[in-house]
Amino acid sequence: MATNVNPTRMELTRLKRRLATAVRGHKLLKDKRDEMVRQFMIYIRRNHALREKMEKALSDVSQHFVQAKAQMGSLYMSEALLYPARSAEFEVGTKNVMSVDVPTIKYTGATTDDQTHVPYAFTFTSAELDNAVVNLTSYLPELLELAEVEKTCNMLADEIEKTRRRVNALEYVMIPEMQESIKYISMKLAENERASTVRLMKAKEIMEKH
Amino acid sequence: MNKKKIAVVGDPSSVMIFKAVGFDVFYEEEPDQIKRRLHKLADEGYVVIYITETAAQQAGDVIEEYATATYPAIIPIPAGKRSLGLGMKRVKENVEKAVGADILFKEG
Repeated sequence: MATNVNPTRMELTRLKRRLATAVRGHKLLKDKRDEMVRQFMIYIRRNHALREKMEKALSDVSQHFVQAKAQMGSLYMSEALLYPARSAEFEVGTKNVMSVDVPTIKYTGATTDDQTHVPYAFTFTSAELDNAVVNLTSYLPELLELAEVEKTCNMLADEIEKTRRRVNALEYVMIPEMQESIKYISMKLAENERASTVRLMKAKEIMEKH
Repeated sequence: MNKKKIAVVGDPSSVMIFKAVGFDVFYEEEPDQIKRRLHKLADEGYVVIYITETAAQQAGDVIEEYATATYPAIIPIPAGKRSLGLGMKRVKENVEKAVGADILFKEG
């Protein structure tokens, strides 16, 4: 495989320079990968905890909601929820985690303190619905954080996989191949050197005989 | 920049409640319609799209498509009383992808 390079000094210098770059790149990428995995671990733990909590919370909310619906009837229910009293307010940005652009979402809207902000009149609605809505509102910040963290994990996992592939390609293919080429060229050059020395010695011998 | 929004996609009985907190709610139950809705929401610049696990199962390929883009974040949520474990599965898949093995939640 290494035999298709020109065994010249120029090629040798070129290869040596490329090898040095490859080795440095390999080291850098390896460091990047290690740090990304470390960050990923932090995020994924948070993700796991949040998801567990949210899944429990949402089933809770939906249970309240189903009960409310049973008490009120779905017609009144859709009417009560037809018009949202407030819009969910939040700030959106991007953050750079190891050169991956991940989203940041921060809830800035109302909290449970203003319970009066349920979007309907109390006349035809049941208390269960209030419960469901208030609970859901209190979970909103974490629900948004879950979205942010889960997306971050997704993107980090993808980037880690890519980086790992690059590191492996350098470590097991590019670098060994170049080392082999370098060895081949220097052997070939040394061989040429010896050949010319022997040729000179032979020539000298012949000249001495005459 | 347009105002950023959050959408919820799923069957009416599970996602109607999200209207009360100001999310934009879309009732979709057919796979094709879910997929079309997701594309449309992504185009319209929604930041987060919560989707019920039932609906997410029917639109797996579209969710994959948007998995590596910064926005939108498509997040499966449990519909009804019990979780199908789809969201947790995604968390585990991420760990496996990044680390090579599920080293965190083996016991789970």
